[in-house]
Amino acid sequence: MATGTLVDVVMPQMGVSVSEGTITKWVKSEGETVEADETLLEISTDKVDTEVPSPASGVLQQILVQEGETVAVGTKLAAITPEGAEAPAPSAPADEAPPEAPAEAPPAAEPPEPATQEAAAESAAASGAEGETPTAAPAPPPTSPAEAPVTTENGSRFVSPVVARIAAEHGVDVAQIPGTGRGGRVTKKDILGYIESGGAEAAAPAAPAEAPPPEAPQPAPEAPPAAPEAPAPPPAAAPAAAQEGETVEPMSAMRRGIAEHMRRSLDTSAHVTSSIEVDMSKVAAIRSKLKKEYQDAYGVNPTYLAFVARAAVETLKDYPWVNGELRGDSIVTRSFVKLGFAVELADGKGLIVPVVKNAETLNLLGIAKAIADIAARARDKKLLPEDVQGGTFTITNPGGYGTFHGTPIISQPQAAILGTYAVVKRPWVVQDEMGEDVIAIRSIMNLTLTYDHRLVDGALAGRFLRDLRERLESWGESDY
Amino acid sequence: MAEKTYLQAISDGLRQEMRRDKRVFVIGEDVGVYGGAFKVTQGFQEEFGPWRVIDAPLAETAIVGGCTGAAIMGMRPVAEMQFADFVSCAWDHLVTVAAKQRYRAGTPVPIVVRCPSGGGFSGGPFHSQNPESSFAHIPGLKVVCPATPEDAKGLLVSAIEDPNPVLYFEHKHLYRRIKADVPDDRYTTPFGEARVHREGDDLTIVTWGAMVYTAAEAADKVAEEDGISTEILDLRTIIPWDKKAVLASVEKTSKVMVLHEDTHTGGFGGEIAASIAEEAFEQLDAPVKRLTAPDTPVPFAPTLEKAFLPQVDDVVAAIRELAEY
Repeated sequence: MATGTLVDVVMPQMGVSVSEGTITKWVKSEGETVEADETLLEISTDKVDTEVPSPASGVLQQILVQEGETVAVGTKLAAITPEGAEAPAPSAPADEAPPEAPAEAPPAAEPPEPATQEAAAESAAASGAEGETPTAAPAPPPTSPAEAPVTTENGSRFVSPVVARIAAEHGVDVAQIPGTGRGGRVTKKDILGYIESGGAEAAAPAAPAEAPPPEAPQPAPEAPPAAPEAPAPPPAAAPAAAQEGETVEPMSAMRRGIAEHMRRSLDTSAHVTSSIEVDMSKVAAIRSKLKKEYQDAYGVNPTYLAFVARAAVETLKDYPWVNGELRGDSIVTRSFVKLGFAVELADGKGLIVPVVKNAETLNLLGIAKAIADIAARARDKKLLPEDVQGGTFTITNPGGYGTFHGTPIISQPQAAILGTYAVVKRPWVVQDEMGEDVIAIRSIMNLTLTYDHRLVDGALAGRFLRDLRERLESWGESDY
Repeated sequence: MAEKTYLQAISDGLRQEMRRDKRVFVIGEDVGVYGGAFKVTQGFQEEFGPWRVIDAPLAETAIVGGCTGAAIMGMRPVAEMQFADFVSCAWDHLVTVAAKQRYRAGTPVPIVVRCPSGGGFSGGPFHSQNPESSFAHIPGLKVVCPATPEDAKGLLVSAIEDPNPVLYFEHKHLYRRIKADVPDDRYTTPFGEARVHREGDDLTIVTWGAMVYTAAEAADKVAEEDGISTEILDLRTIIPWDKKAVLASVEKTSKVMVLHEDTHTGGFGGEIAASIAEEAFEQLDAPVKRLTAPDTPVPFAPTLEKAFLPQVDDVVAAIRELAEY
């Protein structure tokens, strides 16, 4: 972005997913004259290798990023002094507008300064203190407006917060935009109109016209020294500073993905959790019987989770909405169950939800094997993309650590998630053969169903849990 | 649904609640035999009797103090200040006792204090004020300022239902001037939800009470003469206030004016402007503008009062200034 009379050359956005680019060659060198649209440099990105044309005619004043360096999109690469703007008289700025002075601060000789308008606005607000730092100033001090269309009226270059933000997001040079506000100020409408009309591309091809809206603040991906000049998405991107006794580490892509998904899920679904207590005595008995057989014959352990999963899939047949989805204004139900299981990664620093396809076709053994398979592959990072897509219902099992209750977050866009908890021996009131109440020792497991109340009502969830409990409590030896 | 004046809407809402709920009673100066200084409670004493429509002595302290006690004992009193200006006599009871009782002792204090407020008819310094911001500053009190007949009824019902002390500022200049359809059935208008009085794209006016109409007239004028599209947000309640709606509108238009009839310094507009600066700085395309009465008592002389109160032409000029920025 231009700071005053200089026109900035920035790393263009060569595709929505491209976040950085490498300078392969400078075609022009410092001090050389360049025409608008003449090739200035060549860059290489993940997607394409391309030439970057000059955004203006003038002199290539300063190269800020050298060949071979990789920098984030929006990073200022060079500054061009436009035609007719050279050799300003440093002592006699034609423009008497004092607030402009700080904004004109020439870029430091070192790695480029934060070149966004935000930075410019900030330094303007800082009443010149920063701007006055002496530098190797190849750039001229504040002076006549060169070819910038705005006039020299006081305030013409004041950039309002919203304009600064939009300019930074779109990599647009505010100085290139004709202003219609007071004194030629560029208003929000001016810049939006300019971007919409494609002016950004026409006037400054080096600027990313359609930078993706900064949904997730992107902590400048791998741009060590240049990190500050990533086109900082507004508020949250400020690098966290470590206080005494604190350690700061960057978020992994997975952590960021989890964070985004969890927040979005809570913002999307109306989460409600219902719990039920299940007497797992019959399952426990059958499980201990099957254990050896399954281990010997198939090398798989019939876990409590496998029993619950099998019973849940069976119960889902009667409750299609629990296995459904709200898609826009429609309710989607299915003839299949793609059953997700929340699995913790081996390093304990992440979570992934692989799915078992067509779970409705699997018997107890099939489900036990499928769970063992995806869990192993998840821990070994051998899952394929299709293994984590399209789940219709999820089971999470934090009970392994002894927890007896929880309120998990729904995996979007599903309608519910089943939580399974520790199987604990508890004193339980049962009826003896005489029909009298007696206290017995029973293996009890809590189950929770967390559901999206937009689609699933409490009564429906209650019936689902009741039927699921009934299936587990009456599990017969011949059931699978 | 029938067309009613703002005053009738208040009266109807109050009467319906008294018929519905025996705990609701009114007390105030001349509210009984005389039917209230503005006739809001006309016919009430005939219908509900002198024990539910109580003529009080000229002692706001006693009125609000009595209401606080009755509320603690389970009643739902609705006090009338003859003019909002006189509520200052009851400050101690409202601010020291009623506002803090629930916090201190856990007992709800469901009282409503009706405060006929505002100027525009040469009422002079004792009969024209808009003291909403003073009470907005007191945690424990709620402050509502309806602008339309429909909201006047719905907010009064909500105020009576609310377990906290609510100051209900009814603008005297709207009493008989503003008419609109009001549902006959009982309904409530929720606190803390602003109403979009008029949609627009170029700038936003955040306001409440009688100024909603001043803003609307000005918006019509600039729409016709300058093609400026003004959004008007009627806050409806000051405490709680709908910050979310204000920030959403700021995001849309990026230019905001806060307009109120109350005086400038310490007016509630300052709180709104500060919140916008704090939470929507990067959305702003112009400084937040405050258009308010100046920091003086309300003048008596009609010409001076006109100069004191924000007029349509003042709002028009301010809109143009903001649009041109």
